Amino acid sequence: MPIDKFETLQSTAIPLPIENVDTDQIIPARFLKATERKGFGDNLFRDWRYKKDGSQNGDFVLNDDRYNGSILVAGKNFGSGSSREHAAWAIYDHGFKVVVSSFFADIFKGNALNNGLLPVVVSESFLEKTFDAIEKDATTKLTVNLEAQTITNQALGLSESFEINPYKKECLLKGYDDIDYLIHMKSDIESFEKK
Amino acid sequence: MQPKTLFDKIWDAHVVKQVEGGPNVVYIDRHFIHEVTSPVAFTGIENRGLKVARPAQTTATPDHNVPTIEQDKPIKDEESRFQVETLEKNCSNHGIQYYGLGSQNHGIVHVVGPEMGYTQPGMTIVCGDSHTSTHGAFGSIAFGIGTSEVEMVFTSQCIMQPKPKTMLIKVDGELSDGVTAKDIALYAIAKLTTSGGTGYFIEYAGSAVENLSMEGRMTLCNMSIECGARGGMIAPDQTTFDYVEGRPFAPKGEAWDKALAEWKELKTDSGAVYDAEFHYNAADITPMITYGTNPGMGVSVQGNIPSGADLEGTDRISFEKSLEYMGLSAGQQMLGHPIDYVFVGSCTNGRIEDLRAFAAFVDGKKKADRVTAWIVPGSKVVEKQAQEEGLVEVLERAGFKMREPGCSACLAMNDDKIPAGKYSVSTSNRNFEGRQGPGARTLLASPLVAAAAAITGVITDPREL
Ligand code: SF4
Repeated sequence: MPIDKFETLQSTAIPLPIENVDTDQIIPARFLKATERKGFGDNLFRDWRYKKDGSQNGDFVLNDDRYNGSILVAGKNFGSGSSREHAAWAIYDHGFKVVVSSFFADIFKGNALNNGLLPVVVSESFLEKTFDAIEKDATTKLTVNLEAQTITNQALGLSESFEINPYKKECLLKGYDDIDYLIHMKSDIESFEKK
Repeated sequence: MQPKTLFDKIWDAHVVKQVEGGPNVVYIDRHFIHEVTSPVAFTGIENRGLKVARPAQTTATPDHNVPTIEQDKPIKDEESRFQVETLEKNCSNHGIQYYGLGSQNHGIVHVVGPEMGYTQPGMTIVCGDSHTSTHGAFGSIAFGIGTSEVEMVFTSQCIMQPKPKTMLIKVDGELSDGVTAKDIALYAIAKLTTSGGTGYFIEYAGSAVENLSMEGRMTLCNMSIECGARGGMIAPDQTTFDYVEGRPFAPKGEAWDKALAEWKELKTDSGAVYDAEFHYNAADITPMITYGTNPGMGVSVQGNIPSGADLEGTDRISFEKSLEYMGLSAGQQMLGHPIDYVFVGSCTNGRIEDLRAFAAFVDGKKKADRVTAWIVPGSKVVEKQAQEEGLVEVLERAGFKMREPGCSACLAMNDDKIPAGKYSVSTSNRNFEGRQGPGARTLLASPLVAAAAAITGVITDPREL
């Protein structure tokens, strides 16, 4: 499936200052039974969002009316655990375009990029300051510029550049995916097989 | 020639192309699929009007959400049944070998692959499941991928990946009695933390690793992902060749001799440099158990939960949150804590050797009344072997019943869910919040530690029974 193009995003952010958020928290296994890539956003952080009796957990940030926006800011080592791409789908489907953290698990990062969800790695201090800023003022905006590879918190006058593989950057900017690329490599792959 | 690591040798031999400023296009020899991460990929290629490019290099088995009782009857849960039927239908449309429920070769994908001889040294192996790292035990590069990548393999038999860095974990010396491959894994993860291996591919070496059986090596490689690494591998040796020889899909006759000659070359050259190295002493490793909600939160079964006094900021918040979920407190001793469930199974410890170890331990003893035990073989082949070897009888005499193969309570997608608030000593690989069911409290350990807990009803050092 071709992915959505990404250029620049300015948005308020939702803070999740928890470390090692694993894919079982992002989307619990019992919601992986679908055979279509639809509706996973409803079950994003399911067991944190809802109490055991099914009612909303008002303490969880996604249920807190003060916070909204299409940037998720999370504690370090985000997305560890299973390879389920459903985690990236659920985040994207819920309306996030960017996840900011000081560290991402490998597979999650790859899955996110393959689905037009941009993982932005920032320094620990940028992350701490951003959590503080959002906590003090929920309308704090972050700007992510993919072309320039920068993330900026204007209010604080804080800006950092982030790394992204040049090929992946090109894919996101243009809305291509790897499958389009591989389809064009058919004859190279066939000659590799003959070796 | 520059000396190379085992990982580099196999990886480099599979690079079709280096994309400028981008990842490698890597050729995949063997692709395993299951019901959960494949349906969207099948829909993807069908929407592009394509067929699976190399169906003969793909093998399928449903494992994640199959029931582990009454497998001869239709699956009751409608969504699960639909997912399993979808896999079967997709496989038949695309000409893929499918080992469904009822097949004598059905089981967990990472148990079936090796026991059928699909997994061989020197291969690149992927599956839409992070514990694909299991297959690295054979000296192959094996790792988990996402569904988009499953679709890439369907389309082209290739994926696009940047080359990971290499890490050596060397464990020398002899393991003490009662210490298993699982304990090496939990020990290493506790040292490295759950993110210490991120960006790396691990090679395990050293005499303690060489002395492991293939089952033990699979357990160790299986858990590589839990320190964040993509995978782990062990250079193939006589133990490996003996295991592979004669399996249904292993090379035969002349092809075997040729393969064997190639496999014998699969080792790290002397003088090759790893990006990171860790050396552990086998004698320092004791039976381990986890107390928290990630696999890096492990201690010796004789030990206490850390005080957490040295933690600050979000580290501290995460630590406290984790202990609160577990209903445990900082500094608390592990021994003697009551438990409610024991789960023996999964692609980590659901092989015949695990059942043998568990059965030998409980032989002549009785299960504690307070404990509910789920013993789930990793495959039909394991189940049959356990029956033939008389393990099932031993288990039954001690008050245990064996279920039918599947992932079961490892991720609780089927009905095998640990109830909220209950403690389960589990031989699986993940203790995340809710992993074994909403509110379930998982303590990861070896089959021996699980056996000791099943007999006493409390956390027990198996060496003391
Ligand atoms: S047993 Fe557990 S870890 Fe292994 S494949 Fe099944 S769900 Fe994944």
